[in-house]
Amino acid sequence: MTSSEQAELIVFIILAPLAVVTALGMVLTRNAVYSALLLVVNFFCLAGFYVLLEAQFVAAVQVIVYAGAIMVLFLFVLMLLGIGNEVVVKEQMRGQRPAAVLLALGLLVAIVGALAAGVFDAEPASLAAANEGGNVEAIGRILFTRYTFAFETAGILLVVAAVGALVLGKRQP
Amino acid sequence: MTGTVWDIFILLVKVVGVFAALMVTVLLTIWLERRIVAFMQTRVGPNRVGPFGVLQTLADGIKLFFKEDVRPSNADKLLYGVAPVIMMIPAFLAFSVIPFGFAFGSERAQLADLNVGLLFVLAMGSLQVYGIVLAGWASGSNYPLLGAVRSSAQMISYEIAQGLSLVGVFMTAGTLSAAGIVAAQQGDPLLGFIPRWYVIFQFPLFLVFLLSGIAETNRAPFDLPEAESELVGGYHTEYSGVKFALFFLAEYLNIVTVSAVATTAFLGGPDGPAPDFLPWLWPILWFAAKVFFFIFIFIWLRATLPRLRFDRLMDFGWKVLIPVALAWVAVTAVVLVVDVNLPRPVLLGAIGVLLALLLLSFLLPSSDKEKADRTAPGGSTP
Amino acid sequence: MHPLAQATTQPLPLPEVDWRAIAPELALAVAGVVLLLVVAFWPRAGRGVLAGLTLAGLAAAAALTVWNWDLERVAFEGAVSLDGITRYARAVLLAVGALATLMVAQGDSREGEPDDSPPEVFPLLLFALLGMVLLAAASDLLVVFIALEILSLSLYVMAGETRRLAAQEAAMKYFLLGAFSSAFLLYGIALCYGATGSTNLLEIADATGDPTADGTLLLAGVGLLAVGFLFKVSAVPFHMWTPDVYQGTPTPVAAFMAAATKVAGFAVFLRVFAGALGGLVVSWRPVIAGAAVLTMLVGAALAVVQTDLKRMLAYSSISHAGYLLVGVAAAATVPAGVSASMFYLLTYAFMVMGAFMVVQYVSRLGPPDDDAIGERSSLEDYRGLARRHPWAAGLLAVFMLALTGIPPLSGFWAKYYVFLAGIEAGLTWLVVVAVISSVISAFFYLRVLVVAYLQEPVGDPGAETAPGRTPALGVALGLAGLLTVAIGLAPEALIAAARSAERILG
Repeated sequence: MTSSEQAELIVFIILAPLAVVTALGMVLTRNAVYSALLLVVNFFCLAGFYVLLEAQFVAAVQVIVYAGAIMVLFLFVLMLLGIGNEVVVKEQMRGQRPAAVLLALGLLVAIVGALAAGVFDAEPASLAAANEGGNVEAIGRILFTRYTFAFETAGILLVVAAVGALVLGKRQP
Repeated sequence: MTGTVWDIFILLVKVVGVFAALMVTVLLTIWLERRIVAFMQTRVGPNRVGPFGVLQTLADGIKLFFKEDVRPSNADKLLYGVAPVIMMIPAFLAFSVIPFGFAFGSERAQLADLNVGLLFVLAMGSLQVYGIVLAGWASGSNYPLLGAVRSSAQMISYEIAQGLSLVGVFMTAGTLSAAGIVAAQQGDPLLGFIPRWYVIFQFPLFLVFLLSGIAETNRAPFDLPEAESELVGGYHTEYSGVKFALFFLAEYLNIVTVSAVATTAFLGGPDGPAPDFLPWLWPILWFAAKVFFFIFIFIWLRATLPRLRFDRLMDFGWKVLIPVALAWVAVTAVVLVVDVNLPRPVLLGAIGVLLALLLLSFLLPSSDKEKADRTAPGGSTP
Repeated sequence: MHPLAQATTQPLPLPEVDWRAIAPELALAVAGVVLLLVVAFWPRAGRGVLAGLTLAGLAAAAALTVWNWDLERVAFEGAVSLDGITRYARAVLLAVGALATLMVAQGDSREGEPDDSPPEVFPLLLFALLGMVLLAAASDLLVVFIALEILSLSLYVMAGETRRLAAQEAAMKYFLLGAFSSAFLLYGIALCYGATGSTNLLEIADATGDPTADGTLLLAGVGLLAVGFLFKVSAVPFHMWTPDVYQGTPTPVAAFMAAATKVAGFAVFLRVFAGALGGLVVSWRPVIAGAAVLTMLVGAALAVVQTDLKRMLAYSSISHAGYLLVGVAAAATVPAGVSASMFYLLTYAFMVMGAFMVVQYVSRLGPPDDDAIGERSSLEDYRGLARRHPWAAGLLAVFMLALTGIPPLSGFWAKYYVFLAGIEAGLTWLVVVAVISSVISAFFYLRVLVVAYLQEPVGDPGAETAPGRTPALGVALGLAGLLTVAIGLAPEALIAAARSAERILG
């Protein structure tokens, strides 16, 4: 193990539990603002993982877009509506919560099992080949060659999102 | 192994050096601001502590550190304490990708040359808003909350313009790395005297960046989050002592960082004529001079312009800065791809001046008709 | 080197842009943008003008679809494939879009009242259609996801476009559950990518054909993909959102959702499962078949107890999704399953839209309804409809009988071909369940007719208001009725067209 691999491992060991704890905290805490903040910390952990995977561009975008813009808007709405305090969600159907927990655990076991089975046998793809000429350059290249069509259709998606926000937000007469 | 230890040592020296330089710059900036504003208002300004009052800020800082730390009973204990720190950290981190000189021997004068470069600065900038928002919310009081709500809307809006204004720079430089952008701006001067800085080729974006940078740092005339005539002190109304000092420090750190980014992206960074005598020193001096030039602009604007109304602020960001930046990015793309007989820099420069004039025309006082529209009942958004 | 020349030194090998392959989609996109501009800069444009422009856009897209009819190729490096499914789905979707435009143009305003839905609904309708057409043509899981989001986002907004509380609630539920299911789909796409190293359906098909590959990861991905798609086509156990959403949304939008999302959803379902994942049919067929059984029976059983026609149509659409799943389950091994499903989608789209049109017509008869509840679509409102509005009642009878599957209407042939394909694929037990479900469903479809024809109207007939002039709705009703009858009388031509759709290009 080279020293850089060691460093990567150390960073991962710090980030991974933090990511899990913040994700759990985000779901379990009753305070909406704390919940949002824990999600922000979780996004940072994700950005850290991206850096470990040598996807610096995605990491930067993760921080700029998710942590920097989307979550700020969340907080904006929370503050505007004044939902800072405890939010208690009442159970509508009896037994809904245990059932949900059970199903979620089942899904978790299934996915983790499949991942564990699949990941350890798999031949890891080469990062060096994927990042040829630099991470930013590689992403740019693939966006404008192989995934041009998906990239352009994403533009339409954004138009629809903007129009939708406009229609819903427009003050009704 | 010795290599690694040496590397770490060098890195530590650089980190401490940059940190110290930033702190000193902030002290100087605050002092400069007070002196310059005083001069513009035909006052004297601080002149007692140290020569010309230079040490006044230090004295103020020491005073703040010994003040009682008051926390409102309504405040959220954890976040109230964390907010100033969250405000500080990104401001320092953002500076780490800025090249402040060319080289000391084999070492580059830059903490880290990330390949995402200036995107990192944008990422850090986008985190700053958390400091303000949390400070406002955690204070548990109305004026700070209003300041926080305002600032989150303002900063997100201007972040877009700021990001777009760097896109044109990335496109012409062909890289996101700060060192790469500086390198792309070097070369023989045009016509023998015009440097190849992006302030010339990307003039509209330079203006957009500067304006959105002022808004991002919450400086006058965009200082609505802390508008003292409306919100007492805005998001930091409830803060005092050390925590207030941290906010104060962060605000000026941000000014320095934005100035440094503007220098890197548009003024060629440490580029400038360097005599053979002490070749490592001149770039640093050039860099410092350019940064202080921008700092002066910040101070000048603050002393000159009144605060904007909030709806006009949002209008300006969304309806002027963002479209101009987008249009210019499109123009840059066309110029970069299309084959023309004119040299590309000249073309970009010419179109840029035209667009810049257009942009500036928005700053002129609006006509009577528009004024009537704005004040008409129901005609404007409060 | 010239600093500004750097960017152009290494030109990218840009992909060839196959404009012709996506010409109908481009037409829809252009029409959508034009309508947006019209709405923005001409706020007083009447609904007639907007509807006319929308129809013009649809006509252009339809003309281009016809122009492209014989095109069979994969374009944009495998992002889009033009094959039978694509062209058949395009044709059906554009027709559904035209009918929906007429319904939306009619709106729910009476004479002299301002219309409730904003004019932006027309561009949104076009964008939703664009997403659906793209979804049917997508040959790359990334494009599948983006197209799905385009159509979903448009529909969320269209569902909540009016101020009615019920519509807002419907939009909220649709949005939350839709986003939830998108997450499953995305996770499935990620796992499939992890397992096969590609998001392209052709390459995934190659990878799944390799028997030596370890399939655990892929199977997990396929499972999550199935959950995502089953959510979108509202199959049991992921159907919870459907009744509330169909009942709450404005009727034209509900009709559009019921018909068009089914078409697009099943088109992509067929392409991904029967096409790309055909090699794994042994693994997924039990899941799809199980979902089909549950969907048919639960949908039919719950439809029996509904007293609201829109809600009943929602449950009926669930049970129809079940019959379609029989087609999907069969399609991997029997090519006729593909054509039968596509034909089913064609007939179902017109039947269900017709039924919703009658609902829209009837809801205009009573006194203006309470904003909080929604439109008048209770079974009570249909008592004695035959006596008051014989034409509407007659058309209602046609659509209900077609939905039941009574020969010689189109619904019968749809079920017939799907069941035939099921039997051919060896899924006889599944077909038996489907027939049982059809019998159950006959009960609630025919009950509507009993209410409309045999019961006396309640209350004072004089209190009833005139429906006002309904030219657009009238044309739409006529077309839907005509198609339902005509397809039933001569299904051969259309089933032959569907047969040519059997070859799936990845």
